[in-house]
This record gives sequence, structure tokens and C-alpha cells, in this order.
Amino acid sequence: MPSFVNPEKCDGCKALDKTACQHICPNDLMVLEKEQMKAYNRDPSMCWECYNCVKICPTQAVEVRGYADFVPMGASVTPMRSTDSIMWTVTFRNGSIKRFKFPIRTTPEGEAVPEGGFATHTDLNGPALATEPESLGLPEVFTLKG
Amino acid sequence: MANFENVVVETDLLILGGGMASCGAAVEAAYWAKQQGLKVTLVDKAAMDRSGAVAMGLSAINQYVGLKDGQNSVKDYVDYVRNDLMGVTREDLVADIARHVDSSVHLFEKWGLPIWKDEAGAYVHEGRWQLMINGESYKVVVAEAAKNALLQSGVGEIFERVFIVEPLMDGDRVAGAVGFSVRENKFYIFKAKAVFCAMGGAVHVFKPRSSGEGLGRAWYPPWNSGSSAYFTLRAGAEMTCQEVRFIPVRFKDAYGPVGAWFLLFKSRATNAMGGEYMVERKPELDNWAPYGKVKPIPANLRNYLGMLDVMEGKGPIFMRTEEAMQKLADAYKDDPKAYKAKRKELESEAWEDFLDMTISQAILWAASNVQPEERSSEIAAAEPYFIGSHSGASGAWVSGPEDLQSDESKGDYFWGYMGMSTVKGLFCAGDASGASSHKFSSGSHAEGRSVAKAAIKYIVENNTMPNVDMAACEAMKATILQPLDTYEQFSKTTVTPDVNPNYILPKMFMFRLQKIMDEYAAGVTAQFITNEAQLNRALELLALLKEDSEKLAAADHHDLMRCWENVQRMWQAEAHVRTMLFRQETRWPGYYFRADMPKMDQDNWLKFANCKCDPSSGEWEMIARPIYNIFK
Ligand SMILES: Cc1cc2nc3c(=O)[nH]c(=O)nc-3n(C[C@H](O)[C@H](O)[C@H](O)COP(=O)(O)OP(=O)(O)OC[C@H]3O[C@@H](n4cnc5c(N)ncnc54)[C@H](O)[C@@H]3O)c2cc1C
Ligand code: SF4
Ligand code: SF4
Repeated sequence: MPSFVNPEKCDGCKALDKTACQHICPNDLMVLEKEQMKAYNRDPSMCWECYNCVKICPTQAVEVRGYADFVPMGASVTPMRSTDSIMWTVTFRNGSIKRFKFPIRTTPEGEAVPEGGFATHTDLNGPALATEPESLGLPEVFTLKG
Repeated sequence: MANFENVVVETDLLILGGGMASCGAAVEAAYWAKQQGLKVTLVDKAAMDRSGAVAMGLSAINQYVGLKDGQNSVKDYVDYVRNDLMGVTREDLVADIARHVDSSVHLFEKWGLPIWKDEAGAYVHEGRWQLMINGESYKVVVAEAAKNALLQSGVGEIFERVFIVEPLMDGDRVAGAVGFSVRENKFYIFKAKAVFCAMGGAVHVFKPRSSGEGLGRAWYPPWNSGSSAYFTLRAGAEMTCQEVRFIPVRFKDAYGPVGAWFLLFKSRATNAMGGEYMVERKPELDNWAPYGKVKPIPANLRNYLGMLDVMEGKGPIFMRTEEAMQKLADAYKDDPKAYKAKRKELESEAWEDFLDMTISQAILWAASNVQPEERSSEIAAAEPYFIGSHSGASGAWVSGPEDLQSDESKGDYFWGYMGMSTVKGLFCAGDASGASSHKFSSGSHAEGRSVAKAAIKYIVENNTMPNVDMAACEAMKATILQPLDTYEQFSKTTVTPDVNPNYILPKMFMFRLQKIMDEYAAGVTAQFITNEAQLNRALELLALLKEDSEKLAAADHHDLMRCWENVQRMWQAEAHVRTMLFRQETRWPGYYFRADMPKMDQDNWLKFANCKCDPSSGEWEMIARPIYNIFK
């Protein structure tokens, strides 16, 4: 069933106009069951196990259970994503646990500056793109024509 | 007809897709559009933060040339790609990407992507061209810059959850695109002076190895369905390399990446008898000279040697993870503390490789109690995919830049604007443009930037709004919404709606396509082998499928998208089969093998196999185009 929702934790994103899991799933799989206000994966066999619904859910209601047709039962992989890092807990079938923490970005969320602080120019005809050659770290852009 | 409100949007540049190439395009186009007073509109079927092939994250940037530190030259990259594609590549296009790609990577770093550095502050390479990253949020960061570029400059607007289907045409010029919202009853008509198409490659054209719940766990993400190929074909654009599918060899079943194991950890792969196919089958490579003799050995030939083992009954093939980790740690064996630390570091790197880009593989290892330092894991060839930005090459035939042509190539490879297809005003990048493979995430972004700048120049030089025939739009709308009407009309005529003689549901349609392709067009079941008779049989069955596509039925918006995704896959399939038939040789064993023409024919087939489909008559035309060696 790849991603699945724990009904005790899901609050339907408090009935805001769209739920977080529904907003993020690249394959449009997460939907809200309106009567009970609980989300679910409408087609587990089209799920990539990308974990985007898991990472974004504000109540940690979404989990993933490995594909039943080839993954032995009993393991879990659970992320906790913050603004600058992600912590993974890997629980093995035999009960052993591994934890890993990795950085995810080096800048504050939302603040990526499109030109990256590199100098720009105004020549629409040459081969140099907006931030080039500065963003290449070269004096000029490679060309075959002298 | 289903009651969908028309939403008409007029813009200058229309960007289709919100993946790596489109994010590059958005950043570049926003900059030039602001200077020129133009408008840019981006449309994505999903949420840009997590759409496309990089939605889950990646653990490596696969193209970095290292120009500023003199690590490699543009020509080095061209040589690498040409050899990997068995000689069939557009050197002008590859060189254009190679000359811009480092600046995309430098931008990623400024935007906040953590790239691994060594003690001296230099990027850590996985291999010659690959950089290691902490890439969980790779797409989030790249999309953020793109969104900021479009929205903060005031030149842009973004539509998410709008699924693009058909091109709008004004004679021989593209005039925009139509699609529908997957959330509301809205039919979108985008009118534009130029269209930039980058809606990814295609998966699920072939039957995946796993067809139960794990159907979605293809290597390539299930949400890219050949929208780019369909859109460009329907506009009448010439396509190239439609026979060059990609088959990755990955950890079996969950398709976890092997790059770090082969390149960073220097692991070996061995068969059931402990034999190493890359060593034992080396003489086979002579049959594919000159490409069999270069280093690195082309990806398809590496696949092929492993497949020969499997076909001879020598499988499974194992990645020798335990051996590789032991060897790496052995260097520290005289210092127990450093040894322990090194083992721990390697373990963490190995797991991060999966957790950043194929979490399923981590689940599979945990569920099977695999400790890579203790035992090997199986690897296997996946099913075929269409991903022109990776090691495949399928996509539209596009113009290269003027300044990267030789006197010889100029007439055939250049027609005014970098990245423009043979249709006026229709630009392509990433998986949507062909014969320029090995661009990967970074190169797709760089190509998107380069092509978007050319598209803005095109608009400045052709600054008129094309005419859009509203009656034609209404006809398209009726066709596109037909599956909803079909369902509405017939679903109550049987007790349950899933079996009904009047229609076919999108999933069964997909299974029918996959079965045809798997069995006749060199899928997994056919051991990646086909021949002329098989391919002709595939065409017969595809023709029946095409007729039945008019009977697709959809219960809701989501299913309507599924219907059109599968029509797109079907068109990708037809282009593929026709081009495999056209190319009378076997050039990429390991991707597919023509049993009736088992050898490479350098004299007659060192050329591009192109195709197009006339939008009004539906007739296909096959075209051979010359290959020029620009970087000698
Ligand atoms: C499993 C895997 C691993 C990879 N590993 C690496 C790696 O380690 N390093 C590396 O550098 N590269 C890697 N790549 C390659 C890289 O992901 C691609 O080269 C790159 O994403 C191609 O960019 P694109 O813009 O062409 O397509 P994508 O990034 O896939 O974007 C396609 C976009 O089109 C949208 N779309 C699709 N259909 C429609 C439609 N009908 N209407 C509207 N929008 C639509 C999608 O939502 C998405 O936004 C990997 C790819 C895969 C699949
Ligand atoms: S994001 Fe979480 S809480 Fe919100 S609807 Fe989805 S599962 Fe429920
Ligand atoms: S894991 Fe990914 S594909 Fe599956 S439902 Fe969640 S977001 Fe969608």
C-alpha cells in the first residue's frame, strides 16, 4: 500500500482548502475523504514511495509500508525533516535500528536569489547567459568562433 | 459535454513543465523578459517544489565539467557522450550544455544546495563528471529560485495542477497549448508567442518487472508519461533517436542507485559463479569497436555483458558491497580508531545514497536485514524508459547554436535559435530535446537556461501574437473531455463500472500497451530482443489500441489525466517501434537487440534515425540525418 495514513493522527489538515499531502504528491494520489476528513492514497500501485506526502504532513500521519509484492514485512523508514536537515530512522525486520542525519540546505527557506549574486549583462545575442561568464568562474564563455 | 469553464491565458513565453529544464528556463527567461517587457507563464501538472524526476531528491549531480579549474574541457565532455552513445550524438548540442552546465551548479550552490567539499574546499567527485550532494531538497531549492524569478520580478505567473495535452497551432507556427485542471472543472487555453516544452520523458510504456503493488516502483517516476514526445509529435515536429531507450542496471526490484557503489566505492559485480562479466566477456567488446574499446565502456555495452551472463543462466548478478567496503576500510586497518570511523562514514554514505533518491531501496534492505558491509545485493536490468537527458537520447530534433557549428554541420544543425524544434516557435529542453544525452539534472537546467534565452530572442524578433482558432479549441476540448462523457453515458449500464463493454479504463489500456511493448518490442520478458516481424506485429496491435483510445473512460479529473497520460505513452511507443524498424542494425546491445540484424553497420547506419507524423494526415515519415564530427 506504499503510503498510508494513520486515521488517529490525520486531521484532514483542519479542512483548509487543500491538504498538504494532496498539494505535494507529484502523482496526484493523495485525496481527502470528506465525510471523515481523512486523507488516503487512491492508487497505491502508482506510488513511487517518494515520501513527499510523508515529509510534508504536519501531524506525521503518513507512513510508508514497503510494496507488498516484493518487500518482506516488518521494516520501516521514517523521516523527520526540519528547515535545514533531515533525520532518518531505519528499523530493520529483525528490530535493529539505524539513525542518520543529513543537511538539506544551506540557506534560509524561501530566500534563493535567482541571479545568485553574480553580475549580469544585457547582450541578448551572445552566447553568455544572464549570469555568465561570472557564474562560470571564467573570463568568457567557450565558443568555436574567434 | 462535461461542463468545464474555459480559462484563456495570453502570454509571451509559455513554459510547459516545472522540472529541472523548466526551472532553468524560468530563471533565465524572467531575467530577459523583464528587460524586454515580456510575460512568462509556467504550467506544471504537479507542485513545482516536488515535481518531475528530481521530486524525491538526488544524491549526485551527474554533469559538472570543471572548466574553471581546468579539470576537463568542453571537448572532453563531447568525446565522452559521443562514445557512450555509440557515435550517435549532436556534438553542437552537447557542447552547448557542457559550456553552461558549471554555472548552473554554481547557482545551485548559491541557492542553498549542499555540495560535498573536501578539506581543501574542492567539490567531492563521485566520478570524473559527478559531484556528491546532500540532495534531499535539490528540487525544492531549484524550484524556489525559479518561482522567485518569475514571481518577484513581476513578469511571471505559475499554474500548478494543470495537465497539458495538445499544442495549439497557427499554420506552421506554434500558438500555445491546451490542457485541463486536475482539481476543478476548468479547461485552459494558453496562447503564446513561443512555447518551451520540457514535460519529461516516459515510463510505463513497457511492462515493469513488478506488476502488483510495486508497479509504481519503476526506476523512472510514474508521473512522467511522454507528454513532451506527444506534444512535439502532435505539433508536427521532427523527432530524433526515438529508438534510443535507456535501461538502467540498478539494485534489483527497488532500483536503488549503483553509481556510488561502482564509482565512489569501486565495487565489483560478479555472477553466481563468482565470475566477473566485465573481465570474462571483455573480448565481446571488440565486436562493437571503436566504441567497445573506449574508457569508460558505454553504458549499454556494460549492460550487455551482464545480460549475456543472465541469458546463459549465470545469474543472479551481485554487487559486491561487502568486499568494496572492506577494501576501503582496510586502508586504515593499522589504526583501529580511524578504521572504525571510516567504516561508520562509509555506512552512512551508502545509506544516504538511497535515502536521498530511492527510499524504497532502504526499506527493501531493512526488510531483508541487509547490512551492505556483510553481504552482497542483487543487481538487475530494469525495463526500458525514455529519458533523453540521461543515457537515452530520444527527443525532438532541435537547432543548435550558431557559434558551435563547423562549416559542414551548419546547414543541417542550425536554423536560427538554439533549442527550437522544426516547428516555428516550439522550443524543447531536458528530456524533450533529443540527441544530446548525459545532461542529467544539472545539464537539463543549463540547457533550459540556454534555450529560454534563445526563445526570448525569438519572441523579440517575431513579436506578434499568433492567431488561435477558437472553433478548433472547442473541438479539442470536446475530444479531451470525451472520456468523462463516455463514463457518464455508460457506467451505469453494468452493475459495477469496472467491466463494461462500451469503454476501456485507463489502467487496463496501459496494461494492454505494456504487454504489446514488452513482448514484441524488446521488453524484459523478451530479454530485450526483437526483430522486424515482431515490430510489425507490435504496429498492428498498436493500431487497434489507437482505435480503442477513443473509448477511454474517466470517472473524475484524476482518471481523465490517466487517460491522456496513456494516450501519450501510446504515441511514444509508436515512435519507438517505427524507429527501431527503420534502423537496420543493432547499435546499442544492452538497450535492445535486433536478432535479425545482430551487427552494428558503421557504413550505412552511423546516422540519426528521425521521424515525424503529419498532424493532418496522421502519416509517419522516417528520415535519416547525417552525423557531423565537430570536435575532432
Ligand atoms: C531515478 C532517477 C535518478 C536520477 N539520478 C540522477 C542523478 O543522480 N544526478 C543527476 O544529475 N541526474 C539524475 N537523474 C536525471 C534527472 O533527474 C533528469 O535529467 C532531469 O530531471 C530532466 O529534467 P526535465 O526538466 O527534462 O524533466 P523533469 O525534471 O522530470 O520535469 C518534468 C516536468 O514536467 C511536468 N509534466 C509532465 N507532464 C506534464 C503535463 N502533461 N502537463 C504539465 N506538466 C507536465 C512534471 O510535473 C515536471 O514538472 C535521474 C533521473 C531519474 C529518473
Ligand atoms: S497532510 Fe497529514 S494531516 Fe493533512 S490531510 Fe494529509 S495525512 Fe491528513
Ligand atoms: S509517496 Fe510520493 S507518490 Fe506516493 S503518495 Fe506519497 S507523495 Fe505520492
